[in-house]
Amino acid sequence: MRYEAPESLEGAVALLAEAKGEARVLAGGTDLLVQMRADVVDPELIVDIKKIPETRTVTEEQGGWRIGAAVTGAELKEHARLKRVWPGVVEAANLIGSTQVQGRATLGGNLCNGSPAADSVPALIAAGAVATLAGPKGRRDLPVEDVMLGPRKLALTKGEIVVSFLLPPRPARSSDAYLRFIPRTEMDIAVVGAGVSLTLDAGGTITAARVSLGAVAARVLLVSEAAQAIIGSRLDRAAQDRLEAAARAACRPIDDKRGTIEFRTDVAAVLARRTALIALDRARAN
Amino acid sequence: MAKHHIEATVNGDPVEFLCETEDTLLDVLRDTLDLTGSKEGCSSGDCGACSVMLDGRLVCSCLVLGCEVSGRKIETIEGMAKGEALHPLQRRFLEAAALQCGICTPGFLVASKALLEQNPNPSEHEVRFWLAGNLCRCTGYDKIVTAVMDTAAAMRKG
Repeated sequence: MRYEAPESLEGAVALLAEAKGEARVLAGGTDLLVQMRADVVDPELIVDIKKIPETRTVTEEQGGWRIGAAVTGAELKEHARLKRVWPGVVEAANLIGSTQVQGRATLGGNLCNGSPAADSVPALIAAGAVATLAGPKGRRDLPVEDVMLGPRKLALTKGEIVVSFLLPPRPARSSDAYLRFIPRTEMDIAVVGAGVSLTLDAGGTITAARVSLGAVAARVLLVSEAAQAIIGSRLDRAAQDRLEAAARAACRPIDDKRGTIEFRTDVAAVLARRTALIALDRARAN
Repeated sequence: MAKHHIEATVNGDPVEFLCETEDTLLDVLRDTLDLTGSKEGCSSGDCGACSVMLDGRLVCSCLVLGCEVSGRKIETIEGMAKGEALHPLQRRFLEAAALQCGICTPGFLVASKALLEQNPNPSEHEVRFWLAGNLCRCTGYDKIVTAVMDTAAAMRKG
């Protein structure tokens, strides 16, 4: 097993593109090392991307924020300005694992692990985040909801890596939130996750919204019907009911040890409503 | 393939070692550098028994590759006492019997020290959430949390 830690994106892409056997990108390693230990993966090549500066920085760009794919959850939590503008994205990233895991786990890794239950992914999708990819044919941007195709299946081509995420500029009276359900208070995998981002006009009416649900289908869902259900409303009880119905209708979960289809569907509706209410309160305060 | 030759700093001392790509930092600490204070519990980042500081950040050493730590600073449980003088957390854990079998103790101590360095006055809630990634199968959590709170209070008084 080879280990390489290139200092340039071009170097990382070339290594991955030329790999003969299975190659894996190493960011925080909190999934990869566990999978290697369990013999789920046995890569011939590991490419550590943490020495590539643009994977490790958080910068303001065109009024939005660009977050490197290998920035850790702990670093996001310490970024006061990012947390103020995108509290939902940061709180979602901070729900991944323990304090120790937070010291290593990254947004890029959480997405590329390809789990429908990844905590940060619904928050990124609700935020309208766009992933910047680099590959042998150059760079391209892909909305986060289009990166994951199914469990462990990504839209990345051979040699392509996720470099960073761009969060769009934030109008006044905007905010976001993320909630997940787990049967305990910490250290567990989402049974359902819900991310909501919204913008209000001066009168408190929702003018824009995005709703995303995790762990209720083979991939994390962007539920535009749920967003449409609340746009134009002040999230009164009727709008909450429409949101719940739309969330419920979007669910296509599996039965497994974490939850049944019925339970996940019910929880998705409740979480979508509660998350939207938190985002609403935050947006009013902005 | 040739082994990786790595130079790093462990508990303030320069070290160099050879490792295979798949060797974790925990493997290197325990098997190569003979620093067996960090324990192997789950090997999957769930139990925290292998907690160390890597460039000032609390991590599970089972989830770090040895070859990743080139040029970096590592602090382990072995560096917590200064000579014969135990760290206040270590003293309090002993006095309050905040351990039973002791396997989880190094991880709890390293993690608790990291907490108190960034938050000298944590609430019980904050202590419990910070230590959620440290498992004690003898179920000594109440004594451990109390010991951390008591140490924090004593350290604030100076």
